[in-house]
Amino acid sequence: MIENRRGLDIFCHVMLIIGVLLVVFPLYVAFVAATMNESEVFNVPLSLIPSTHLLENLATVWSAGTGNAAMPFGLMLGNSLFMALVVTIGKISVSILSAFAIVYFRFPLRNLFFWLIFVTLMLPVEVRIFPTVQGISSLGLINSYAGLTIPLIASATATFLFRQFFMTLPDELVEAARIDGAGPMRFFFDVVLPLSKTNIAALFVITFIYGWNQYLWPILVTNAPDMTTAVVGIKSMIGSGDTATQWQLVMSATLLAMLPPLAVVLLMQRWFVRGLVDSDK
Amino acid sequence: MAQNSRERPRFGTGWLPYALVAPQLIITALFFLWPAGEALWQSTSTQDAFGLSSEFVGLDNFTSLWGDSLYLASFKTTMIFSGLVTVCGLLISLLLAAMADRVTRGKRLYQTLLIWPYAVAPAIAAVLWAFLFNPSIGLVTYGLAKVGIEWNHALNGGQAMFLVVLASIWKQVSYNFLFFYAGLQAIPRSLVEAAAIDGAGPIRRFFGLVLPLISPTTFFLLVVNLVYSFFDTFPVIDAATGGGPGQSTMTLIYKIYSEGFKGLDLGSSAAQSVVLMVIVIVLTVVQFRFIERKVQYA
Repeated sequence: MIENRRGLDIFCHVMLIIGVLLVVFPLYVAFVAATMNESEVFNVPLSLIPSTHLLENLATVWSAGTGNAAMPFGLMLGNSLFMALVVTIGKISVSILSAFAIVYFRFPLRNLFFWLIFVTLMLPVEVRIFPTVQGISSLGLINSYAGLTIPLIASATATFLFRQFFMTLPDELVEAARIDGAGPMRFFFDVVLPLSKTNIAALFVITFIYGWNQYLWPILVTNAPDMTTAVVGIKSMIGSGDTATQWQLVMSATLLAMLPPLAVVLLMQRWFVRGLVDSDK
Repeated sequence: MAQNSRERPRFGTGWLPYALVAPQLIITALFFLWPAGEALWQSTSTQDAFGLSSEFVGLDNFTSLWGDSLYLASFKTTMIFSGLVTVCGLLISLLLAAMADRVTRGKRLYQTLLIWPYAVAPAIAAVLWAFLFNPSIGLVTYGLAKVGIEWNHALNGGQAMFLVVLASIWKQVSYNFLFFYAGLQAIPRSLVEAAAIDGAGPIRRFFGLVLPLISPTTFFLLVVNLVYSFFDTFPVIDAATGGGPGQSTMTLIYKIYSEGFKGLDLGSSAAQSVVLMVIVIVLTVVQFRFIERKVQYA
């Protein structure tokens, strides 16, 4: 900064460190709890020094699960991964195609289509919970992977992001492609798609996290135990009333469920930050 | 928004563009427009217990909502919850972003350490905090007991509200931080230096110069956070308190969800959905009008 005030600098660092500690604290406690055995986790106060049972807890949760309707957590993680990937790949493909059509073609009803896509922004799942569930069940999609993923694939934000990006590409590209005798799809695959790489990477990060962390939708569309996703499964591990919760196992499960989206954010931080701030959610 | 002014060369018409927009339009029609239409239609009719016959009743479902004390209480709960999550969340993230913008060393490290909760699912955020505040074995509960505060969010409505607000803010701080930080980084240094030469100290510069300059970002985040606290916090409430104790954390979304599963009154449930829809539409329109303004700022 401009003036060099040691006092102010130290104050800033102290505030930031307090902020970081508050942000990291719940994660650290979860990690410590996941390293304990059953008797250690029920000690009051909980020790903040890791114990030695992390691997066996992870193994137990992975293959057997915990709670009332114990299911192997590995299976739930598989469901989450499947859901996140299908939603991500589907959303990116569907959005880039419709944005391409809206920007590069002139055809009747183009504006109407654009507005129909725009309207979906105003209708999040939460405001149409029951009509949507009725719709899904009348299409026979309850407890199916199609019902779990396809409705989440339509997204106005991704379409907007690609549309904005296509509008910044120079018109000469189309001219050149037409002079060379390339058809629209050839132009799409050879010119537009390679130029969109960074946008696709940014969108991939954000959409993957969105798909992985879904909660309300899986609850509404699936009730078969073998279709439970990781985030939903963790809630069912917490006993209520007289059933004791195996906290060391629940915390091991939360570590496993946080790991993939966390890895995606940390490994792709640059794209993630760019994509988030560019796409305005 | 929909029309760009300059004429750009385009491909001719034919069946191809329709085929390209078809997948998105079909999904939109099936899973967005049709259910929303259903909700609108159901909200203006009453159905008998078996759903066999229905009768048009106009706005009766809506007027009976305004006479329903439980609904009004839930409305008030939602306002308090959203207000707390939005205001506290924005203040904390702005403070952290301003600090991170000022320090010279460790910027990148602080950013990495502050943004990771973005990756954590709201439901998991709730589980982490509920474990810390667990009435019998929670670490924070133990600390509070030491200073004479008895913590049990399963019995105390105020404490339950505090817990869901805390978990919701914790989850959202990273998102707000990133936007504030990007906004602060974009302020031209020459402006800040000019103010410094004129003798404005760091505090004065922040309130007199920096804050007005990032007001577009602040306004955008205000809308996003309201939408977040209205809708995306459903998992936090479900995983931490289940709307209880009593009705103390029963937000509008949670009420629709829990009543819908009891299969009470379709008409009333649909009317509540339509009220929420109107709220989202208003917020979205505000946000988009503003985003178009933001383009001129840039």
